[in-house]
Amino acid sequence: MLSPAFVTRLRALVPAHCLLFEREDLVPFESDGLSVYRNTPDVVALPETEDQVAAILRLCHAEGVPVVARGAGTGLAAGALPVDGAVLLVLAKLNRIKRIDLLARTAVVEPGVRNLAISEAAAPYGLYYAPDPSSQIACSIGGNVAENSGGVHCLKYGLTVHNVMALRAFTVDGQLLEIGGEAPDAAGYDLLALLTGSEGMLAVVTEVTVKLLPRPERAQVVLAAFDDVAKAGAAVGDIIAAGVIPAGLEMMDKLAIEAAEAFVHAGYPLDCAALLLCEIDGVNEEVSDDIATVHDVLKASGATEIRTAEDEAQRLKFWAGRKAAFPAVGRISPDYYCMDGTIPRKQLPRVLTRIAEMSGEFGLRVANVFHAGDGNLHPLILFDANVPGELEKAEDFGGRILELCVEVGGTITGEHGVGVEKIRQMCAQFASPELARFHDVKAAFDPDRLLNPGKAVPELHRCAEWGRMHVHAGQLKHSELPRF
Amino acid sequence: MLDALIDRIRDAHAHHRPLVIRGHGSKAFYGNPVSGEPLDTTPLTGVVDYQPQELVLTARAGTPLAEIEARLAEQGQMLPFEPPRFGGAGTLGGAIATGLSGPRRAYAGAARDFVLGVRLVDGTGQPLRFGGQVIKNVAGYDVSRLMAGALGTLGLLTEISLKVLPRPAAEISLQFECTEAEAIRRMNEWAGRPLPLSATSWHAGLLAVRLSGAASAVQAAQAKLGGEPLHDADGFWQRLRDQATPFFDKRPLWRLAVNPTAAPLNLGDAHWIEAGGGVRWLAVDAPPAVLREAARRHGGHATLFRGDALADGNFAPLAPALAALHGNLKQRFDPHGVFNRGRLYPEF
Repeated sequence: MLSPAFVTRLRALVPAHCLLFEREDLVPFESDGLSVYRNTPDVVALPETEDQVAAILRLCHAEGVPVVARGAGTGLAAGALPVDGAVLLVLAKLNRIKRIDLLARTAVVEPGVRNLAISEAAAPYGLYYAPDPSSQIACSIGGNVAENSGGVHCLKYGLTVHNVMALRAFTVDGQLLEIGGEAPDAAGYDLLALLTGSEGMLAVVTEVTVKLLPRPERAQVVLAAFDDVAKAGAAVGDIIAAGVIPAGLEMMDKLAIEAAEAFVHAGYPLDCAALLLCEIDGVNEEVSDDIATVHDVLKASGATEIRTAEDEAQRLKFWAGRKAAFPAVGRISPDYYCMDGTIPRKQLPRVLTRIAEMSGEFGLRVANVFHAGDGNLHPLILFDANVPGELEKAEDFGGRILELCVEVGGTITGEHGVGVEKIRQMCAQFASPELARFHDVKAAFDPDRLLNPGKAVPELHRCAEWGRMHVHAGQLKHSELPRF
Repeated sequence: MLDALIDRIRDAHAHHRPLVIRGHGSKAFYGNPVSGEPLDTTPLTGVVDYQPQELVLTARAGTPLAEIEARLAEQGQMLPFEPPRFGGAGTLGGAIATGLSGPRRAYAGAARDFVLGVRLVDGTGQPLRFGGQVIKNVAGYDVSRLMAGALGTLGLLTEISLKVLPRPAAEISLQFECTEAEAIRRMNEWAGRPLPLSATSWHAGLLAVRLSGAASAVQAAQAKLGGEPLHDADGFWQRLRDQATPFFDKRPLWRLAVNPTAAPLNLGDAHWIEAGGGVRWLAVDAPPAVLREAARRHGGHATLFRGDALADGNFAPLAPALAALHGNLKQRFDPHGVFNRGRLYPEF
């Protein structure tokens, strides 16, 4: 609970309509996109100016009150889950596109601007903002920076960290940081990289300068069916070995294909084990050449069927199934739980086989959707939250999948972030010295741990309590910790 | 080998004794002067893992760039950021620690953009591993990328994983005679169109542009842009990358990173523009304050790249809030100031 004295001071900083205290007003903010984690905030602050953000931070710092920053609330890792006794600082009202520099190909925007709104504003100039998380219609650029968001085009165009040039941000004590700039690089340490993906733990961003790219002349997509997921996985490596970097390279397994086809009727073949979608974009002539190469490679890799979209309408139809994969799975199951591990691509057959085995062990179905080009796997675990114990089972299964990703040399999160959801698996991915350094980085910015406390990096002693320690390559992680 | 280095670092930490990390020494001129016992990284050599189909290469920090690039070339791949090889030398660790990148950087990305993971030893002698060998990874703070350009002040890099890319099937380079202002305008306008650009340069009235991609694509772009074929194009871009032309022998040599659209800076005649207009090399003996202000006014920063060291440091001084964060990070990774003391900023 916040003290009445603190609330009085908070009211003095922002207009009354920028603060929410009533239960019915607070409920919409109790979770982000991962709604199994809920906590009603004590107060929601919706500042309208950068000065108000700084003032709120200064007050909270002075009073030792934690601050949880939130953008559009579309995150999938409970990174914006409210914390008791904290201010939930919602940056959605800072939603102006300040300027677009056509010649320099940059946009300066406030953190609450939606990802897609940037591309829409840049479209008249033939430019766009490349990272396109599937929530791009709703997610905010500030949240993208906090999570280092990806999308389906990362292999060719990079993540948020590759497409942001500068940030204005405030430290926990309300000091302005100007990080990066208009130039290709900035003096000193690469704090731009450090802040990107820091999950609101290091500073609060109030302005983002992003790079804009010229819209490719043309995009074309090839669809290929395989009778075996391992063959489809191998085909992905073959395409890249042929020197082609696709704009998007997506894979779906049988259950995901069936669900998507039943939902949007994309015309997908249903008698296959896996489907690849390979999109090539760029200069007109290059697209033609690369499509021909991809076609040959897919044939040699054993595709049972290959279709090239003949026009833009067909291209969009091919994509419609993939883009609707999550809601499509939502139609065949009361609930689903989306995982986000990344693996070295060559490990795909092993990982999918193991997931199928675990699916049997847990008694829960799994549909696999895969950003195959960059190894980012999204297994969707199907469950029914109304059946007692199924949610816990799904969470346990999900945790095991992430630990499997670590085991094969990958990571527990490719683009969704750690938040609260994967904090236990951080203990499987990192040993104590690395976790200690993460706490050191945090302390360098926020020694009192007021910004988004309890997220992203586990306390060392919790790793022992959770029992998430794994013997890997003969070495027990956190071996110095007591266990019970 | 690594154990011996760790022992030396622990000893240096215990006795507050500075160490100077050194690979080939080809970039020893870069940054502020340092003193201390040399810590030689060249025994840490070898490609640890290379998976062309995964687009990932992992090598020990002391591995010569030449060796890495030869391995990549065998598979038709490359280091997309084209790190400079001054005097033909340079190690992977040095390339990442300095963060320096070559002509392709404006179009493909800089060294920091290709770092996927690192192993390092911090200033207390603790071995650490951050990031990994996958392209998408958002678990924990991005400490690996933080090491790019940190000049070894936060730790000794021992192993680095990088994203690599296929070499383009074809390259054509074109040249145009034009003024500096015209060159800056064209570089920026071209970059806003879907053209397969991979490098740009302007010096002494000559604008050069490289196009990379499928043969059909670069030919189509050539038809759009016009111009004349650039003589000895491969040699030209290699010399620019490695600064192996007489221009780069001049002292002092300043590097101004600015908004690529910044108008001509009018700070003397000896200058060279690259990176789509974003980097302006100046061989002028102007007061540092003037150069720093010019860069700041254009959204960037000025570095004394080669020349007699400046009392307040060769890199642009940081704003107080940023300087404090730098000090905090240094304190956490290297509490006794063992590594490359003063090389990045005189304060640490």
